[in-house]
Amino acid sequence: MAGIDMRNIVKKYGDGFPAVNDVSIDVQDGEFMILVGPSGCGKSTLLRMIVGLEDITSGDMMIGDKRVNDLAPRDRNLAMVFQNYALYPHLSVYENIAFPLRLAKAPDAEVDEKVRAASKTLELDEHLDRKPGNLSGGQRQRVAMGRAIVRDADAFLFDEPLSNLDAKLRGQMRSEIARLQKRLGITTVYVTHDQTEAMTLGDRVAVLKRGILQQLATPRELYENPGNLFVAGFIGSPPMNFLPATVEGTSVTLPFGAVEIPADKAEKVQGRGLLIAGIRPEHFEDASVVDDKSAGSTFRTHVDVVEWLGNEAYAYIPFEAPPEVQTQLQELERDLDGESLRTQLVVSLDGTSTISEGDEAEIWVNTAKMHLFDPATGENLTVDRDRAGRIVGDAMAEAAEQPVAAG
Amino acid sequence: MATTDTKTKVGTGVGFVAILVWCLLPIAWIVSLSFKTVDETNAGSAQFLPKDASLDNYKALLGLTDDPVSDAAASDFGQALLNSLVVSLVATVLSVLFATLAAYAIARLEFRGKRLVLSLALAIAMFPVVSLVGPLFDMWRTFGLFNTWPGLIIPYMTFTLPLAIWTLSAFFREIPWEMEQAAQVDGATSWQAFRKVIVPLAAPGVFTAAILTFFFAWNEFVLAISLTSTQKARTVPAQMSYFVGPDPFNPPYGQLATASVIVTVPIIVIVLLFQRKIVAGLTSGAVKG
Repeated sequence: MAGIDMRNIVKKYGDGFPAVNDVSIDVQDGEFMILVGPSGCGKSTLLRMIVGLEDITSGDMMIGDKRVNDLAPRDRNLAMVFQNYALYPHLSVYENIAFPLRLAKAPDAEVDEKVRAASKTLELDEHLDRKPGNLSGGQRQRVAMGRAIVRDADAFLFDEPLSNLDAKLRGQMRSEIARLQKRLGITTVYVTHDQTEAMTLGDRVAVLKRGILQQLATPRELYENPGNLFVAGFIGSPPMNFLPATVEGTSVTLPFGAVEIPADKAEKVQGRGLLIAGIRPEHFEDASVVDDKSAGSTFRTHVDVVEWLGNEAYAYIPFEAPPEVQTQLQELERDLDGESLRTQLVVSLDGTSTISEGDEAEIWVNTAKMHLFDPATGENLTVDRDRAGRIVGDAMAEAAEQPVAAG
Repeated sequence: MATTDTKTKVGTGVGFVAILVWCLLPIAWIVSLSFKTVDETNAGSAQFLPKDASLDNYKALLGLTDDPVSDAAASDFGQALLNSLVVSLVATVLSVLFATLAAYAIARLEFRGKRLVLSLALAIAMFPVVSLVGPLFDMWRTFGLFNTWPGLIIPYMTFTLPLAIWTLSAFFREIPWEMEQAAQVDGATSWQAFRKVIVPLAAPGVFTAAILTFFFAWNEFVLAISLTSTQKARTVPAQMSYFVGPDPFNPPYGQLATASVIVTVPIIVIVLLFQRKIVAGLTSGAVKG
């Protein structure tokens, strides 16, 4: 086992398009690292460079203490699970799992022992004689993982392994992967575009956008202290709300009225003019169900639509944004693979709230959790740098200059 | 909709039978002829089934009679059969072997002139063989390849190789590239990945190509008759044209038919043998489908 250290990795294609640009990520020994980002952000390319299926244009790829840039995939001793599993259809499940051992010319007794152990772990015992074609999606997924765990690889690499499974199975396999990784304690790099997987599985998460690393931090740090607008908008579901805001003293003027913010936050953003305020939906609440309103402010507004889910309800409140903020928000939306038709506030209310559609309601907002972003650079001005992992300075502005990847 | 179903079934059945009769009647006729005696064919008998079925023709062709003249002819036929078998098999094996490597390169690698190679291969396969006979005859005489096995194998490969390349490159293209990458990550060299993963997956394609190639080589006549002069290298299709019999106005139809039956048997055996190997959808289950 070994850590993986990526140092200033660059991948340029023949036409000069940089799919991955100057990315440095240190994966500690035994760590579960997630690479996440919208499609075309270079996360899969990065993974394929680790395993050796893509050439590295510049930078150093270190596995343990060894520079592996010029090693063939088979000499890197890594195990990979492909998005479409890539099982060998002409071999039985047993032989599929045994394949890496057979290539390593392991004696039959050892092969048998290891394959049986892997199949036991993954509960594949009764399927060993079957061909992959006769297995269900989840079983194929497990065979692919069996092929990875059967060898003593230095690290596991997963390329969106759950994206072909249905929602229920995905949840099961997710916890299965987490359990397996914890038990084996093996260094793991996991690529996904699903932020739930990123949040639940990762020890640390690297958020990428157009080939540039945005922030490298624990899931909690990413969620509570996003380094810029992109990370803030990408992590969390429903996503963080972005509102135009101007700050005077400790008072922030939002489209719905003025709210008070803590003095230390206000200090960081004095004299900046028009800003973008980021507030997560759960930091709002129906004022009538909040007992202690001292931590935040309340405002009155018109609720357009309410979606009641039982344990909670989402209220939608449309607002008008000034053009300079509007363009920035639209661009952000594009980066996140989304397409919102209107600027609206999404508010998560308690399930017991009685606010319904068309009501004029009083909403409470926890302003201590509010973040303020520079509309020009997207930088989070109120970030708590001690609790934000590594934020790459100006990464968002740099990424914005990159051409958009095809597909 | 029961009536439509019945109609469809009846229609399918009738069509099926019609096609079967159309295709198999000549074969049945040849088989029937092969059991008729010389007297019967000479008499111009028109009935389908032999009046007096005998194995004389088979005995004569396989050299099981006591007549030395007939036995000499039989040994010629046996030699022709051997020639055919060797020439066709060698041409097939070499074609499929080279074609597998070439087709893999064409399907997987990006190189300049890839399209040119493919179109050239097709153009060569389409080239009329008749136009080659003259020059080849002269060349082979000079090179000492006239009337030898290699003298037939080499020109045969000019059309069997492109055929195999085209068939196989289509098959290789269907194989997901991830299979090979997975093998490489699992510790295989490029050659091991090719041999242990790609070739087994392409097996149906290899067998299809092999059968097609073998047919073409086995049935070839123009080159076989032009580039051979004796039993040393003459193949069965060419040898059969020398079955004239004692009376030039009365060709030995029975013997010709018997020879036809005998040369058809290996083809049928090979098809039945390889048919099991050509399992469609072998790649199912490789990737999410």
